[in-house]
Amino acid sequence: MAIADDVLVIGGGIAGATAALAAAEEGVDVRLVTHKQSTLRNASGLIDVLGYTHEGEGPIVDPFERLEELPKGHPYERVGTEAVRDALSFFDEVAGDAYAGDHTDSNALVPTHGGTVKPTARYPISTAAGLASVAEDTLLVGFETLTDFEAPLAAAHLEAAGAPFSARGVTLRFPGIVRDDAKLTRYAHLLDHEEPVSTGSGERSARQALAATVRPHLEGESRVGFPALLGDEHAAEVRADLAESLGVDVFEVPMGPPSLPGMRLEDLLYGALEDAGVRVTSGVPVVDYETDDGAIDHVLVDRHGQEIPHEASQYVLATGGLVGKGVRSERERVFEPIFDCYVPHADDRYDWFVDDVFGEQPYARFGVVPDRELRPLDVDEEPEFSNLRAAGAVLGGYDYAAEKSGAGVSLATGYVAGGRAGTEASR
Amino acid sequence: MSDAEQPMDDHVPGEEEGFEPIEVFPEAEEMDLRPGADNCYKCSTCDTNCPVAEVDDEFPGPKFQGPEQWRLKRQEDHDIDDSVMKCSNCMRCDSACPSEVPLSQMHNTARAEYVEENMSKLSREYWRNRMLSNYRKLAPIAATFPRTANFVMGLSVTQWMGEKVMGIAGDREFPEFATQTFRGWWAERGGNDTSRERARAARAERGEDLENPHKRIAYFHGCYSNYNTPEVAKALVRVYEQLGYEVMVPEQACSGTPMFANGMLEDARRAAETNVRELADAIEDGADIVASCSSCSMSIRQEYPELFDFEGTEDVAANTWDAVEYLRVHEDLTGELEGTAVDAEFAYHAPCHARNQGLDGQTVEVLSAIDGIDVEDVGDSCSGISGTYGWKEENYETSMKIGEEMFEHMEDAEATTGLTECPTCSMQMGHGTGYEITHTLEVLEAALVD
Repeated sequence: MAIADDVLVIGGGIAGATAALAAAEEGVDVRLVTHKQSTLRNASGLIDVLGYTHEGEGPIVDPFERLEELPKGHPYERVGTEAVRDALSFFDEVAGDAYAGDHTDSNALVPTHGGTVKPTARYPISTAAGLASVAEDTLLVGFETLTDFEAPLAAAHLEAAGAPFSARGVTLRFPGIVRDDAKLTRYAHLLDHEEPVSTGSGERSARQALAATVRPHLEGESRVGFPALLGDEHAAEVRADLAESLGVDVFEVPMGPPSLPGMRLEDLLYGALEDAGVRVTSGVPVVDYETDDGAIDHVLVDRHGQEIPHEASQYVLATGGLVGKGVRSERERVFEPIFDCYVPHADDRYDWFVDDVFGEQPYARFGVVPDRELRPLDVDEEPEFSNLRAAGAVLGGYDYAAEKSGAGVSLATGYVAGGRAGTEASR
Repeated sequence: MSDAEQPMDDHVPGEEEGFEPIEVFPEAEEMDLRPGADNCYKCSTCDTNCPVAEVDDEFPGPKFQGPEQWRLKRQEDHDIDDSVMKCSNCMRCDSACPSEVPLSQMHNTARAEYVEENMSKLSREYWRNRMLSNYRKLAPIAATFPRTANFVMGLSVTQWMGEKVMGIAGDREFPEFATQTFRGWWAERGGNDTSRERARAARAERGEDLENPHKRIAYFHGCYSNYNTPEVAKALVRVYEQLGYEVMVPEQACSGTPMFANGMLEDARRAAETNVRELADAIEDGADIVASCSSCSMSIRQEYPELFDFEGTEDVAANTWDAVEYLRVHEDLTGELEGTAVDAEFAYHAPCHARNQGLDGQTVEVLSAIDGIDVEDVGDSCSGISGTYGWKEENYETSMKIGEEMFEHMEDAEATTGLTECPTCSMQMGHGTGYEITHTLEVLEAALVD
């Protein structure tokens, strides 16, 4: 007996989770299979739609005004501007108070750990007090044991970028952290659980001790930014406590991997999946499939040696791009490893890249080619399978790193692919 | 392909008499972990998943224990860092890694090297770990005199001695030994022959062919359900027989899980050799292997092929199943459960080793077909005991800190009975909440068996 559902989503990132949620809205049974934990743990947690055009122009003020000019084949062009708006509204409903930015079409400018400013459509509430468009003097606090965030450098960078306020950075010792290489989760755990830590003036709770460490360094700034490690499960409480003891606004600066805002987004999406009754199978890859009359009949999930058949009437492929391993490469070819969907690329691998690192890299646009229903097309531009749709970074035709469009494309295509799969399956 | 690699004919070296193979590349005898180490791009996702690194200031995390330590050792004469003994072997880093680094395999080999080369064979720690990981060897003695053993183990003086002399956490209650082992019950019941008869009777009742060589399983019960919770093993036998399966119970040693976790790789090798031989024989007899303990199935499916290469290792790994997973794929389990009723509420914890096999959602999904039952998943945190880890005096506090989240979520849940598939998670759940803990197979038995 195959394990049977109506819709099977392969991949557990933003695209896969959104597809599963959108399919579940249609009242069908949905399962999400993800090989590894999603790469959301490497994500900033920001939901960007479009920060720069495909030609590098930007930062863009209103992404929705610029979607129309994207070239044919770009995932946004495939699904259309309305679908992007609908997908964002769908996300807003799922995220609730955890995210901000839905009051306007314009991009927000969120300071990042490098002191650059990222244009983004939605941002975690923990970053809200730090927006670079708000003219309030800012203190950035870094920690000696956290080399990923150099606060004075980030502050200088912000000022140099023309931020409408003065920014200053200090580097302090994080009370309670004893290892030079303590994990991000250790910092968050100390604050979440209010663990007692020893300080110069005796034992105090972790939050109080942190506030006491920062207080003497305030020079009239009205907000303080910390690297994103202010709690995990009780993040809102941690921020509120720190803000109260310091008497200023407190915000988080999104970090590189591993990223707590990314992990919180993962928790948020997986909580929504559970509430929606989506069944989640994780830690195991889809390795093969069988077809029946041009459609996928079932896929095989490798559970440590056992190939377990999983069957559904509709499938969504949301396995990610080159980093997520939804698109892979060997010396001679670039391919999509599960269904071997067509991935256009030059025969000569020296044409896969250009020498300018930040130039227009062909490899960044590798991925499957979808029709307007997001069904991957074969080399003759016919759907590979009648019941397979693709979403997120497995799609080609866009460079999410250059455009700052990764989360938005995943949301929009996940929403469309999942919604269509759900509608088809409910027939 | 160069000419040297091109096989010229079907000649197999070593066939002629007196031929002595020469070892050209001695290092090829060791496991090649290089590709695994090279795959690590240091994203640190594993570190954020490590339940120990989150609460223990002395633990540098899986990225260091695996690829970084491996690279360090290529350069100079570095010893394995003693922090490797702080790893609890929950194996969460394996499914966390987005880049196919075999972290637990690297940890297992590093731990074995540490124990072999850096841990004194005269130390208390060595003998305590050896004793804990070879529980299977001690259990038969206790099982012969279970009442005496339970009485002695329950004495506070024994627990005090355990902590002071052996370094075993004094706050833990030793698990009780059953008055009759599962294997004792099995033999008394008539062994494989009785099972064959019962399976035939059940097939007759189900209107199936009386002879069905496909409905035959060999049960890997492991140590705990033999000596401590034979009710779990009996539930498995009764459920399978009810569905027309003939159960065989082959000879078996410990799965090796506690030995890997303590770096006792040679002990594990001996146990694995016995198991692979016996289970391969059972497969030869037409059986598939099923296990009721998630760490046993994990060990046979993943760790055996990663660490050993006895003849048949791969074959045994490829034919071993979790007991519920097997039924789900080979029977219409949902159909069987429709119309059955069990009036109970459970707080379910998915063991890390079930999670690693993609089985974390299975219990809630399968049991939802039963009327009147309410199973609430208490979240994805680790229970914190990780086999023998939480039994060690020096780890007790860490173990309880890791478990805190699970305890809280269990108490938030409506149910006051716990449910899990792992024996030591079950100990920890009971220890932290005082709840009775049961096994999924026992619930299936209550639903299915008349």
